[in-house]
Amino acid sequence: MSDGRISRLRVTFTVILAIIFAVLPLPEPINAARPDLLLLLVIYWSLSAPRIAGLLFAWFCGLSIDVLKGIILGQHALAFLVVAYFTHKFQLRIRIFPLSQQTLTVFAFLALYQFIVFWLDGIIGQPVTTWMRWLPVISGAILWPILVAGLDTWNRRNR
Amino acid sequence: MVTLSSDSRNIIGRGPPLGAGLFFLGIVSVGMMMLDHRSNYLETVRQWLGAAASPVYAVVQTPGQAWDWLTGSFADRGRLRTENSELSEQLREARVKLLQFDSLREENVRLRAVREASAGVGGRTMIAEIMRVDVDPFRHRVRINKGADDGVFKNQPVLDAFGIVGQVVQVDKYTSTIILISDAEHAIPVQVNRNGIRSIAVGAGDLGKLSLPYMTVESDVKVEDLLVSSGLDGIFPAGYPVARVSKVERNPADTFALVEAKPLAQLDRDREVLLLWDDTPQVEAPGAKPKPATESKPAAEASTAPTPPAQATSGQPAPAAQAPAPTPGAQPLPQPQPPTED
Repeated sequence: MSDGRISRLRVTFTVILAIIFAVLPLPEPINAARPDLLLLLVIYWSLSAPRIAGLLFAWFCGLSIDVLKGIILGQHALAFLVVAYFTHKFQLRIRIFPLSQQTLTVFAFLALYQFIVFWLDGIIGQPVTTWMRWLPVISGAILWPILVAGLDTWNRRNR
Repeated sequence: MVTLSSDSRNIIGRGPPLGAGLFFLGIVSVGMMMLDHRSNYLETVRQWLGAAASPVYAVVQTPGQAWDWLTGSFADRGRLRTENSELSEQLREARVKLLQFDSLREENVRLRAVREASAGVGGRTMIAEIMRVDVDPFRHRVRINKGADDGVFKNQPVLDAFGIVGQVVQVDKYTSTIILISDAEHAIPVQVNRNGIRSIAVGAGDLGKLSLPYMTVESDVKVEDLLVSSGLDGIFPAGYPVARVSKVERNPADTFALVEAKPLAQLDRDREVLLLWDDTPQVEAPGAKPKPATESKPAAEASTAPTPPAQATSGQPAPAAQAPAPTPGAQPLPQPQPPTED
C-alpha cells in the first residue's frame, strides 16, 4: 500500500537518528572514521522515495550538520545539495545497479561531498589537511550495503 | 539494490526541474556562507538554530549524565573520605597562600598605578561544563553548556584551574563553542614570565604542544620557563599562565629557534572550564609594541570583534580604580572607560 504519510514519518525518524549519531561522542580511535550516516540516508531516500526526499530535504539535512558541527552556515548544506542533485539526476540508473556498483557510486558521492567540504574549508581559511579526513568516505562506503539491506527489509515489511 | 517505494518520480517529471532547484539552493547556500563568514549578520539566526538543536544535545548527553549521576550517588565511602581529606588539605594550602595575596595585590596595584598600567588580574567568572558531544574530530573545539543567555560573548577567554584553555568562537542561545589554544588555527600572545620576552604561541593541532615560531635564536628562553599571557591581543587578560617551555633547539644558522611548550591547562581532561569576564579595560603596558605581522587570525580579530556583554558592567569596579592614591609625583590614573553597551 502506498501511504505517503507513513513513509514521510519513516524518513523523519531515520533522519533524527542520523543527526543524533552525528554528534554522539565516539571513542578516540574510531571517531575520525565516523561515517556520514545522514548523507547516506539522504542518498538512500533520494533513490527510493524521490518525491519525499527532494533537494530541499537534502539541503535542510546539510544545514542541520552545519548548525551542529560546522564553522559557517551553508557549507555542508551546499555539499549535501550537490550530492543530492547527482543522486536525483542518475536516480533511475543507480537504482538498478547491482549492489557492488552502487557501493562504488556511493563511494564517489561521499568523496565528492568531502571534497566540497574540504574546498570550502580552504576558502574560509581553515583547512584540515590531515589524510584522516578522508576516512569517513571509506567507512561510509562500507556502511552502505549494510544500510541498504537494513532499510530495504524494514521498508518491505512495513509496507 | 534500493527498494523502490511506490511514489517514485514520474518519468516525465512534475514540479520544478532539478537544475533550477540546485541553482536556487546553491545561491542561497553561497549567500549564507558569505554573510556568515564576512560579517555577523547571521549571529541571531545562528543562535536560534543552535537553540533548536538543544533537544539533540539533551538526547546525546543523557547516557553520560545518567552514568555520572549513578557513580556519583553510589560512590563508596572510602573514596569520599580520601577525596574529602585531599580537598581539605588543598584548601588549607590555598588559605596559607591567600594570606599573602591581599597584601601582594595591594602592592601590585600600587606599583601598576605608578607605571600607569591598569592591566589587572581579576574579573567575574562562571563555571561552564563541557558537553559530551562531538564537534569536529580534526579541530580542537568543544561545546560548553553556557550560551548567549548567560552573557557569553564571542572571543571570551576561557580558563581552567591551571591556565588558559581557549576562547569562545561561536555563541548559540544556550550553548557555545570554544576553540582550544592547541588548535592549529589559534594563536595567543605570550610573555616569558622570567624576563618578559614577548612572543606568540601557536597551536600545533596537538593537545600537548604549542609552538613558538617567532623566538629568535638569541632570545633568552629556557626549558621549564613559564609562559603567561601578555594581554596584547585584547582578548586574553595579561598574566594568566599558558604553557611551560618543553623544548628549545637553537641552530646558529637559523633566524628563529625551535621552541615548543606544553599547555598548562588540562585540555584533554577538563570537564569544567571557567568563563572569564574581564571588567578592567585593557591598557597596553608602556613600550608594548603589538606585532601585527605575526599575529594569526584569532588574535588579529581581537581589535574589531569583541563587544563586552551587557552584564560586564555590573561587575566590581576595576582594580585600578580601587588603588590608594598614587604617590604625589605620579601622574593620574588612566580612567577606566565603561564598556560600551549595545
